[in-house]
Amino acid sequence: MTLATDISIAKLKSPKLSDIFAQFLLIGAISFGGGIMAYERILLVEKRKWLSADEFMAYLAISQTMPGLNSVNMAALSGDHLRGALGALIATIGLILPGSLFVLGMGVLYASTSDHPLANLILIGIAAAASGLLAAITYRIGEDNWRHLKSLLIIVATFILMSIAKLSLPIVLLIMAPIAIYLYRPSQGV
Amino acid sequence: MSLLIQLTLSFALLSILAVGGGTAVLPEMQSLLAHQFGIDHTQFVHIYSFGQLAPGPNMLMVLVIGYQLAGLIGAGIVLLSFFLPSSILCFYVGRLWNRFGESPWRRAVQNALEPISLGLMASGVYAVGKASIVSPITLVLALITFYLILKTKLNPVYLILGSGGLGALVMLYL
Repeated sequence: MTLATDISIAKLKSPKLSDIFAQFLLIGAISFGGGIMAYERILLVEKRKWLSADEFMAYLAISQTMPGLNSVNMAALSGDHLRGALGALIATIGLILPGSLFVLGMGVLYASTSDHPLANLILIGIAAAASGLLAAITYRIGEDNWRHLKSLLIIVATFILMSIAKLSLPIVLLIMAPIAIYLYRPSQGV
Repeated sequence: MSLLIQLTLSFALLSILAVGGGTAVLPEMQSLLAHQFGIDHTQFVHIYSFGQLAPGPNMLMVLVIGYQLAGLIGAGIVLLSFFLPSSILCFYVGRLWNRFGESPWRRAVQNALEPISLGLMASGVYAVGKASIVSPITLVLALITFYLILKTKLNPVYLILGSGGLGALVMLYL
């Protein structure tokens, strides 16, 4: 690789903070209806080429394994990759700023009109659709997990402990995580 | 003041427990809000659906919970305590990762956490569904949405708004 391309790659890899902020702000503002991770992939891998496809997959795995919202984790990881801690902070703020203002506006409206009869009727339908949406997303995210006995058993056991036995979440995780990790231990394969 | 501290601790805990994304902590959040902060299930489901309408991560709806309980300061407190702990954790794990690289155990942990978070998401569906599916019409609206999300590429925002409008019309005129 020549020196010139080295330099151009180095340039690509350390974009301006303002550019990072603007790009994540844009995703935060247009990603109505979810699928933020897809927007992030387009930005990071295709549009700006800030990450290679491999780097993206590695960060995706960390984002999904760690607690927190996957899309927010991705912003923190790729921001750090590009410009260190400050980049992580800027990317995260950019991603959540537009939606925060949006929901806050709705919250203010909700607090002031919660007795409005028509608003209540509309909210009933909206809430019903939201639960249909959540069910569909859960189903789709699960992919193969619904068809394999091992994962299905873990899903059902977790659901029962949480929703039927009504244990608190830390207890459910303390019970299920060791069992599941044992079942998926490295020697087993997948 | 003690309300703000309680909010901070509760949402920081939820943040660290949100394995597999925010949906996994929905049932826990719902029962915690009902028991400690007096937000009933119906209110919770309303607020949850705001998150689905907004751009960006749909769990930003936690801001509305903070706002309901303690105004703008509450919203700010909840935002920080729900997003900071998990983000900082992920940030440092990302740095460790770059140092240590791939290990078979990381794969194992990820494979193990996947069905657990699905089970928790199923509990989230159950919690939200129980509070929002309260009549035949709401059941129909939820099923239509479920079907259309899986079978079409329609933007969920249109489905949610359409369901709100259709539901209101049906309940007003039938």
